Amino acid sequence: MTDGPGTGAAAAVEHYVSTEPFDPRAIEALSPEQERYYLASQWRLMWWKLKRHRLAVISGGFLLVMYASILVSEVLAPYNLHTRHVDSIYAPPQSIHLFDRGRFVGPFVYGTTYRLNMENLKREYTENTKEVYPLHFFCSGDSYDFWGLTTARLHVVCPAAGGTLFILGTDRLGRDVLSRIIYGARISLTIGLIGITISFVLGMTIGGVAGYYGGWVDMIVQRLIEILQSFPQIPLWMALSAVLPVTWSPILIYFGITVILAMIDWTGLARAVRSKLLALREEEYCMAAQLMGARPGRIIGRHLMPGFMSHLIASATLSIPTMILGETALSFLGIGLRPPITSWGVLLSEAQNINVVALYPWLILPAVPVVLIILAFSFFGDGLRDAADPYK
Amino acid sequence: MIGYVVHRLLIMIPTLLAISLIVFVIIELPPGDYLESYVAELESQGESVDPKEIEFLRTQYGFDKPAHQRYLHWLVGMVQGDFGYSFEYRLPVSEVVGDRLVLTILISIATILFTWIIAFPIGLYSATHQYSWGDYGLTFIGLVGLATPNFLLALILLYLANVVFGTSIGGLMDPQYLDQPWSLDKVLSVLAHLWIPVVVIGTSGTAAMIRRLRANLLDELQKQYVVTARAKGLPQFRLLIKYPLRMAINFFVADIGSLLPSIISGAELVAIVLSLPTTGPILIAALQSQDMYLAGSFLMFLATLTVVGVLISDLALAALDPRIRLQGGSTR
Repeated sequence: MTDGPGTGAAAAVEHYVSTEPFDPRAIEALSPEQERYYLASQWRLMWWKLKRHRLAVISGGFLLVMYASILVSEVLAPYNLHTRHVDSIYAPPQSIHLFDRGRFVGPFVYGTTYRLNMENLKREYTENTKEVYPLHFFCSGDSYDFWGLTTARLHVVCPAAGGTLFILGTDRLGRDVLSRIIYGARISLTIGLIGITISFVLGMTIGGVAGYYGGWVDMIVQRLIEILQSFPQIPLWMALSAVLPVTWSPILIYFGITVILAMIDWTGLARAVRSKLLALREEEYCMAAQLMGARPGRIIGRHLMPGFMSHLIASATLSIPTMILGETALSFLGIGLRPPITSWGVLLSEAQNINVVALYPWLILPAVPVVLIILAFSFFGDGLRDAADPYK
Repeated sequence: MIGYVVHRLLIMIPTLLAISLIVFVIIELPPGDYLESYVAELESQGESVDPKEIEFLRTQYGFDKPAHQRYLHWLVGMVQGDFGYSFEYRLPVSEVVGDRLVLTILISIATILFTWIIAFPIGLYSATHQYSWGDYGLTFIGLVGLATPNFLLALILLYLANVVFGTSIGGLMDPQYLDQPWSLDKVLSVLAHLWIPVVVIGTSGTAAMIRRLRANLLDELQKQYVVTARAKGLPQFRLLIKYPLRMAINFFVADIGSLLPSIISGAELVAIVLSLPTTGPILIAALQSQDMYLAGSFLMFLATLTVVGVLISDLALAALDPRIRLQGGSTR
């Protein structure tokens, strides 16, 4: 391609020289997009990776909505938690209709008539299509104590005057099951979060100390973990919650149960922290920190832990479902939380008897949110774990 | 190998001792004791209690001794096969426990077998057909199985059986055999009822097992020895059985250790819902009435069962995997 000597035509070709200043590093320069990627913090990278995981994002959104709902349970629930409807005991779910005999009325429910079948003493509820009760939205209904601050009556949805609105039926005291599920979320969802916080702190401290110091401390912690893990979880939980005195106030019982759940759960986390720290404490930056006189607490907390914190949080997310299930199981058996505290497990304990379930199947409905929340936490935790893994 | 077995057996002793101490502390924690609640119950029914009788019982069962003496007494008794006395049933603990413990063990073993039989082919299929519709479908079913608490599954099955078939599937044998001595008919009846609790308890374990087997096999399938074997023209199925599966079996066996505690946990709960004559219902009653020897022995039995399960899995693993046998370490 080069011009050899003797080809006169070459002189005619203009030699092109760019007038722009020459930048020898042009090839190393990053496009803004690349720059954004390379300079992003670890958490930002995680967020980008998580966003690509469709199911995890959906689950995360669902969890966010559920947790947001416990802030305003009183407003969302059509009835107050403790309102009893003496004339609708074990009323079946009422379905919501839009059209009444071909005429559009908007969402409404039909009235119900109650009859006690004198032959088998069964309560029979039949739909009375003559009575039409349109639903009211953002209306004034049962009064409630909003977080113990003010008394209010605002509800998102409430029944028409004189009518009832039991979308998921009522229980043996005539309390609306849907309202109780909405209120129950408050206890069931927070018990997992508080429990995991306690177990997180326990696991990091104990696992951190064992991994950093090694030697006989490590030996003892290892044996302790092995012993705790060889207990079947639920019998141990059962035994521990039987220890809680009956005379405790409901709120104390709530915290007692949370602590019990956490006390057995920290072992897995402690193991992960320990094995990571055993490797990391040999690194040079750790030695540098030691030489500069940092104390062990600072080295563990400031220099070693942040390196795999994201991973720890992901695995902690995956163990929240175990806690929620544990509380549900204990309360279901009647040795966890007790009424008047309302959690999904407490609601399910009404469905303990198969005869009750056969007659009033809507009493197992509190199981639905339990399953959904657990699925959501597993999907979300899976996505988080993948996102936290830098080698993927 | 013998050295390894002896080493493993010796390690068990301090573990069991520590477990017994924890169990003792737990059953000692509640304020008061069985005799106090017994007296309170009698008095609430308007019956008078002879303080001398209570005092007699108190000394008879060592309630007046300090805690460490009672612990030693309990421990020594257990080693000699005397598990104490159940106040609730007015029988020696071993008589109350006997049959129920056998049934618990039976259900646990059946559940482990069930888990393996189901998880093995499904995991194999999922791994070899990664990202196919079958894989997605099975993974989804597995996840739902993982998320459904097993006592709920039991309730739902009970409800369905009641509504669809009009029968009750609770219990572990037909009612007419309840107080009968063991006979062939009774065994058959137990076997006919056994599948329900086994399915219910095994579901979540199976789902977890499938997921792990799939992940493990997927890792193995990409290794070079598999590529080599494939390049040499080994038929697909034979190759699968011959190499990667052997590696995966190791972890299958190692998993008994973590599977067993969860199976026993699940069995306790499901037993209460399905009213099975296993340890679950009695354990909870004993805990509630502070029948301490009974509750303590139950906890102790269940923990021992797990420890023995882990031992068996470790030994089987050592037999399967020369790396463990020769290094004398364990994989857990």
